[in-house]
Amino acid sequence: MKILVAVKRVIDYNVQIRVKEDGTGVVTDNVKMSTNPPDDNAIEEAVKIKESGKATEIVAVTVGEEKAQETVRKALAVGADRGIHIKADGVIEPLAVSKILKKIVDKEKPDLVFMGKQAIDDDCNQTGQMLSALLDWPQATFASKIDVKDGKLEVTREIDEGLETIEINTPALVTCDLRLNEPRYASLPNIMKAKKKPIEQLNASELDVDITPKIQQIKVEEPPKRKAGIKVSNVAELVQKLKNEAKVI
Amino acid sequence: MSVLLIAEHNNKELKAFTLNTVTAASQIDSDVHALVIGNSCGDVAKATSELPLVKKVITVEAPHYENFIAENFAPVVIKLAENYSHIVCSANTFGKNLMPRIAAKLDTSQVSDITKVESADTFVRPIYAGNAFATVKSTDSKKCITIRPTSFDACESSGGSAPIENTDAGEEFSLTKFVKREEIKSDRPELGTARVVISGGRGMQNGDNFKLITAIADKLNAAIGASRAAVDAGYISNDHQVGQTGKVVVPDLYIAVGISGAIQHLAGMKESKVIVAINKDGEAPIFSVADYGLEADLFEALPQFLEELNKLNTIQK
Repeated sequence: MKILVAVKRVIDYNVQIRVKEDGTGVVTDNVKMSTNPPDDNAIEEAVKIKESGKATEIVAVTVGEEKAQETVRKALAVGADRGIHIKADGVIEPLAVSKILKKIVDKEKPDLVFMGKQAIDDDCNQTGQMLSALLDWPQATFASKIDVKDGKLEVTREIDEGLETIEINTPALVTCDLRLNEPRYASLPNIMKAKKKPIEQLNASELDVDITPKIQQIKVEEPPKRKAGIKVSNVAELVQKLKNEAKVI
Repeated sequence: MSVLLIAEHNNKELKAFTLNTVTAASQIDSDVHALVIGNSCGDVAKATSELPLVKKVITVEAPHYENFIAENFAPVVIKLAENYSHIVCSANTFGKNLMPRIAAKLDTSQVSDITKVESADTFVRPIYAGNAFATVKSTDSKKCITIRPTSFDACESSGGSAPIENTDAGEEFSLTKFVKREEIKSDRPELGTARVVISGGRGMQNGDNFKLITAIADKLNAAIGASRAAVDAGYISNDHQVGQTGKVVVPDLYIAVGISGAIQHLAGMKESKVIVAINKDGEAPIFSVADYGLEADLFEALPQFLEELNKLNTIQK
């Protein structure tokens, strides 16, 4: 069984986001970048399935600028066998990414495609479902547990009401929740070994896919600031304020 | 052109958040049609037809719609899409799972999780977990949009009498099978819709200490939340998590107890109307968003809080 895992390079989750003064976006210069957190869960799950003997090959794929290759290299260091980097600059919307990934799936013919449930930069939560639609595959989004069975997966999904379990036939697409597993760190020897693993580079323009953005970004703003509140000196004062001033209890 | 709204329900009742989504839909265009896909969901269709802002209800019923599988739902919506300029639903897990599957088939770039309607093609949406807000304009002729329900008021739920139209069911997608759903049952209000939420963080020190929070939640008829740190430490189950990777809540009153206020937590609660922070660290970032901050040891403050509440003659429910 072959697993394709899609990863995205995003601003590191610990970075305090700053909006550019001219309102054209957020500051990305000299900002730490890393793999989108739930994409790390996707790689980890693929590696665990391979370690259990149920998968034979893991291919990590990313779409993005030159430096996006770093996220593929990291995936190789934690256990992916080879990488694919589709070079594309500027804003690539989820629809365009899913069309590019479809081309890769058509060529690679994986049994499973894994990726994070959502990227923490644009927060779109679309790419996995869109790719699944374009392929007419079953989809299991927000996965927090995956059992690999013969030609099937049983997946537990995190939904608003609690948990849902579905069974899907392979080939299938799964988007991973942070609760799926605990991603491992790459060991130094594995980081060294990953440098020798192959990464195939392609240009998005070679794939005959229209990736022109269809959504115009008018402006990006800071969220409305909350007015500074007050400190109360004791619990009695707090309860009085809530009752008589804020009138919420 | 008209807006097609995919109603969220459980085959018996309309989900409360659908009312908020209807409000947003009506701001895009006044001709809102609601699509109810399900199994034996006549009561839902009737309730939907009573929403004054809904002009028409379309129902599609079949056993394979019982469990809201996106692979079964998407073709129904795509078949109806030609009559509509906008297709919308809530940005809950239901809509997040379903809408991109529709958008991709319609070759539309979806606009996710909008918090404001500027015009029929321009919307505001949070990015970077609400640390920035983008105003975006969709250039697609047919627009697919998911709506953050807590950013819009609920619409009127009675007085309307929209016509109900049935349409034929599609085929079942045989490669996906529903197995089971484990819903979290609770006598408390749901975290996402509660008027009051009280949350505990790492400062609670262990799961047993959450009983201090439970006692106050009982008194205020509040939902119980938690920070990711408290969930990860195993103090409380993950369905209570408020924040970027948990639930986004917008109650009238949010009480953060022993929560430092990491960016990820603030993303889930800072739109609350009134925020109270109880923390012994006066420098904790949670105080920067709190309307009322109490710098105190929570193990002393919570019992006192309960005592003060007990002294009140009336408490809003």
